[in-house]
Amino acid sequence: MSTSNPSPNDRRQHYLNAAYGLRSWLLTVDHKRIALLYLGSITFFFFIGGSFAVMIRMNLLTPDGSFLQAETYNKFFTMHGLVMIFFFLIPSIPAVLGNFLIPMMVGAKDLAFPRLNLLSWYLYIIGGVMALSAAALGGVDTGWTFYTPYSSTYSNGNVVIMGVGAFVAGFSSILTGLNFIVTIHKMRCPGLTWFRLPLFVWAMYATSVIQILGTPVIAITLLLLAAERIFHVGIFDPRIGGDPVLFQHFFWFYSHPAVYIMILPAMGVISELVATFSRKRIFGYNLVAFSSVAIAMLSFLVWGHHLFVSGQSIYAGLVFSVLSFMVAIPSAIKVFNWTATFYRGSISYDTPMMYCFGFIGLFTMGGVTGLLLASLAVDVHLHDTYFVIAHFHYIMVGGAVMGYLGGMHFWWPKITGRMYPEIWARFAAVIIFVGFNLTFFPQFMLGYLGMPRRYHAYPAEFQVLNVMSTAGASILGLGYLIPMIYFIWSMRYGKPAPPNPWGATGLEWRTPSPPPTENFEEIPVVTEEAYDFEALARRDAAALRNEGELQNG
Amino acid sequence: MSEPTHHEKSHGSQHIVPLKVYFAVFAALMVLTATTVCVAYVNLDWLNLPVALAIAITKATLVILFFMHVKYSGHMVKVYVVAGVLFLIIMIGITLSDYMTRGWISVPRGWQ
Ligand SMILES: [Cu+2]
Repeated sequence: MSTSNPSPNDRRQHYLNAAYGLRSWLLTVDHKRIALLYLGSITFFFFIGGSFAVMIRMNLLTPDGSFLQAETYNKFFTMHGLVMIFFFLIPSIPAVLGNFLIPMMVGAKDLAFPRLNLLSWYLYIIGGVMALSAAALGGVDTGWTFYTPYSSTYSNGNVVIMGVGAFVAGFSSILTGLNFIVTIHKMRCPGLTWFRLPLFVWAMYATSVIQILGTPVIAITLLLLAAERIFHVGIFDPRIGGDPVLFQHFFWFYSHPAVYIMILPAMGVISELVATFSRKRIFGYNLVAFSSVAIAMLSFLVWGHHLFVSGQSIYAGLVFSVLSFMVAIPSAIKVFNWTATFYRGSISYDTPMMYCFGFIGLFTMGGVTGLLLASLAVDVHLHDTYFVIAHFHYIMVGGAVMGYLGGMHFWWPKITGRMYPEIWARFAAVIIFVGFNLTFFPQFMLGYLGMPRRYHAYPAEFQVLNVMSTAGASILGLGYLIPMIYFIWSMRYGKPAPPNPWGATGLEWRTPSPPPTENFEEIPVVTEEAYDFEALARRDAAALRNEGELQNG
Repeated sequence: MSEPTHHEKSHGSQHIVPLKVYFAVFAALMVLTATTVCVAYVNLDWLNLPVALAIAITKATLVILFFMHVKYSGHMVKVYVVAGVLFLIIMIGITLSDYMTRGWISVPRGWQ
């Protein structure tokens, strides 16, 4: 304690020093503290999921896959997918940044149901412990998709534990979404109309809608799977009157929208970053806001693009192909509006903005390759190849993780009251961008050349590209460690952060960093549109004048 | 739009439902359950499924409206209930667009 720099923050009462001890954290109902609980736990799962990825890439260094046995390899890629999707990506931005920011952005003291919020975290932890124990007991080799009959006829008991773990974690996701929806409807401060909300809130609202409409379906599907295994009710097994393709329909009815649970919040973060670091109102605010809602709705109509070669009827494939192409429209609206915002903006290249540029480029590549996969005939060739792997990692890692890291850097001063070291942060952003592309671009080529996913060995001619990919993965891994280190370092040694280090417009920047437990000293009143940088400048000038008068008078 | 909170508050969940209503709904549910069981012993041919589904939907509607208080809730809650039902219809409807059309384009000879 004695070595840290004394700062004005240390004397002021805020949510971090309001109470000490494990109890004050584990029983907290403060949305900001719960956000930090989530931050710790998802970071833990991120590194668990990451270590499985390291094993996978190590194994693929040589064509004969001599590092892992085939069965172990199957279990590792399954765990990588399950952990990263259910325990990192889905909770990442919503449960950490959403939890921390939504009440502040709407000018409220907390979420609508603070206790429910804490319960969500506990459900998440229970689900996570179940997933890890399924892994420890011998693992699951179904792939994260749990396709029948891998997960029914040919599986062991760990599938049930894993399935129940995902089921419980799903409830955490549903309750978080419910909490956000009620908060956004009911707790906006005076003057904060829907069209004055930051676009992050719109994106989180759309995400929450998907969470509460979609997640129950995966929960019921996993229950049906359990019912078939335990009571032999014929649902997915053709021998007792079921249909395995039905599982794929149900699974993807949730899991395609789940992609948008991961990417929409990142889009919300990007909207904040683009506006702040261009010092301009987002071009076409309403369109960007409604495109979030449109994405949420359309995302439920496209799941069949995962079933083009699964025995789904050609007619249904046609319908799903057309509908999948339509999701590109609202996504493209966002990208075009962000880039249009840059036009004549006063752009600065702070770390969050570097992640933002990374997001826009990589998400666009991920999105456009998605269109290739949505084309019926092309998908016959590309289905279940590394092209698909590369495509969704461009969306999930290049998009969602970049957005998450950009947001973490952007709001870190608000969360901790400390600045991170800018030079290191920019360096890490570049390393991550380079490492990411080196890892996943070769996988597009591998897939196009026909290398299938989920095999632990491959023909020798694919080795060069695989070595490139593994090399990239090690750079990427290093890139993720750097922020981890300097973030922890900055909590103690970072420069104290002012209330509004970026000159941003949201309500969260009008309160000290870190915020007091009740977020605002007095209930804020909103009198202007979102991203009104002129109003911000007027307010700052007025504050300066007041200070001058106080000193002179 | 500019007055976000006030008018929504007036239809909160404060509404008190007389016990009589609950018992009536419960009785109706029991009668419908008995009907389902009885109908199961009568062969209605192609009507078997529609009749069973119709009874089930009626029961679910009663539960949602009275036991879950949707009948007495504000517009926003109703919108979300309708959205939930709508998405269920979408899920079943589009899934059926696969199952109903599998025979439209025949599988090449030798595959069956
Ligand atoms: Cu999809």
